[in-house]
Amino acid sequence: MMQFGIFSVGDVTMDPTTGRTPTENERIKAMVAIALKAEEVGLDVFAAGEHHNPPFVPSSPTTMLGYIAARTEKIVLSTSTTLITTNDPVKIAEDFSMLQHLADGRVDVMMGRGNTGPVYPWFGKDIRQGVELALENYNLLHRLWREDYVDWQGRFRTPLQGFQSTPRPLDDTPPFVWHGSIRTPEIAEQAAFYGDGFFANNIFWPKEHFMRLIGLYRQRFEHYGHGRAEQAIVGLGGQAFMRKNSQDAVAEFRPYFDNAPVYGHGPSLEDFMRQTPLTVGSPQEVIDRYAAMRDHFGDYQRQLFLMDHAGLPLKTVLEQIDILGEEVVPVLRRELAVNRPDSVPDAPTHAARVAAAVESETGVLGASAVEAAHV
Amino acid sequence: MSERRIVVVTAGLGTPSSSRLLADRLSIAVTAGLEERGVRSSVETFELREYARDLVDRLTTGFPSQRLDAMLADVGAADGLIVVSPIFSTSYSGLFKLFIDVLDTEALESMPVLIGANAGTARHSLAIDYAIRPLFAYLHADAVPTGVFAASSDWGDSGGDAVRPLQERIDRAAGELARAIALRDPRPSAIDPFDPAAFGDGRLMGDLLGGAGGR
Repeated sequence: MMQFGIFSVGDVTMDPTTGRTPTENERIKAMVAIALKAEEVGLDVFAAGEHHNPPFVPSSPTTMLGYIAARTEKIVLSTSTTLITTNDPVKIAEDFSMLQHLADGRVDVMMGRGNTGPVYPWFGKDIRQGVELALENYNLLHRLWREDYVDWQGRFRTPLQGFQSTPRPLDDTPPFVWHGSIRTPEIAEQAAFYGDGFFANNIFWPKEHFMRLIGLYRQRFEHYGHGRAEQAIVGLGGQAFMRKNSQDAVAEFRPYFDNAPVYGHGPSLEDFMRQTPLTVGSPQEVIDRYAAMRDHFGDYQRQLFLMDHAGLPLKTVLEQIDILGEEVVPVLRRELAVNRPDSVPDAPTHAARVAAAVESETGVLGASAVEAAHV
Repeated sequence: MSERRIVVVTAGLGTPSSSRLLADRLSIAVTAGLEERGVRSSVETFELREYARDLVDRLTTGFPSQRLDAMLADVGAADGLIVVSPIFSTSYSGLFKLFIDVLDTEALESMPVLIGANAGTARHSLAIDYAIRPLFAYLHADAVPTGVFAASSDWGDSGGDAVRPLQERIDRAAGELARAIALRDPRPSAIDPFDPAAFGDGRLMGDLLGGAGGR
């Protein structure tokens, strides 16, 4: 029904309690260990960010995800996010089709604009055209995955005549796409227009803002005829740190919070917990907080947690994922299945998308054929 | 005629502050000036010192504050804005600039603004024109020509400007702001970018892609 997973920014940050900074090599290997742990404890998704500036390491997401794909069996590999503004959409189409084949379909992708100003000029783009780039590039990417030969001309990329990206998507079924946004109505509109998923990265801001943003996406999804508003495909971010006793969790996490990139040296941990989904406490407190998310945003499809940032040592992160996978997510799966209307779609998977495509073409239920091909 | 909203923003640090004192005198005079033109008005005053933490959090960590957002929404919806900053080290105060820096670049477009400032001596009085006025030019606001500078001595009956006393300068500037407000239609309420009902015109996918989507 729902998918639960991990998303990693991939920051290389000093552990404020020891003064030690991991090497890039250690951090990259740690991200892989985290992905393997996520699969081991039964989580559904591992997503890696994309950055082109220190202190972040994941500049080549499909290289990393391809390696993880080879070492896992079930987990869906995704991104958080793939820069649709500064990457060439042709290369995105090809990289992720390749990954799809290697991972037997366990791939989807989250598009984002990126908010690091200098990245745009480094790739020959202008941040003032961020939204236009996201729209035009994705429009081309969408066609490259669906049309065998593409004639195309736009503002930001050299024209294409009779171009075929290769390899073609696995089973002629492109990776599912999420459009990630924090505050841009145009991106909600874009996700709705294509009937794609919308991932609201809500980990820094209060829920009231995201209720409006997701509400807009749901209404526009219905407007474009992809289904009713409650059938739109929504993903949310989350952040948790857990110990058996709440006080222990708070005491252990506070130095990491206080010195974290982005929000460190700003609001207090208590303020931040009140205003954002960050929950530091017992596993039960995390369950209670996240079981209530659908009261604000409607029944949704994907919940990702940021667990491995701010200099937390790998050992601690792996313990956290153990707790998440063993104590929190099984309960959340049960609780969020209760009273979930049948009309609300399950989280998208490759197998289900292939089956749906077969069904719509032939009128015959195609699920078993796909199971046979990829399981 | 419908009621006009005047918003006052002061960057004074003390309570009470000379900036607030000047701000109150200005808003009273503007209200009176509007009344003379038969225009009813309401005044809302914000002391930036009460938003200092929110402003710093916004700028350093991007952390949102609902009370700051509410204040900025009121500023953006004003029919006229009165701002007062103390002058520190030849310029507006840091707190005042924090406020300017979090404003949406379009928030004050064509909004009538009255600039006030205060400092210990009248030797700082040109700071309004060389330091503060350019901020509002950049924001495409409509700052009225007269700025009001109050030196500490202006608050006493000796040592202030005896030829053009403070109240005369206040009345002149307030008259200019009242006229500018009265000449304009009430500021249309901002469009909620997240309201599906308001979603349209130029923001639909077809408009967004335009000819640029490629064919």
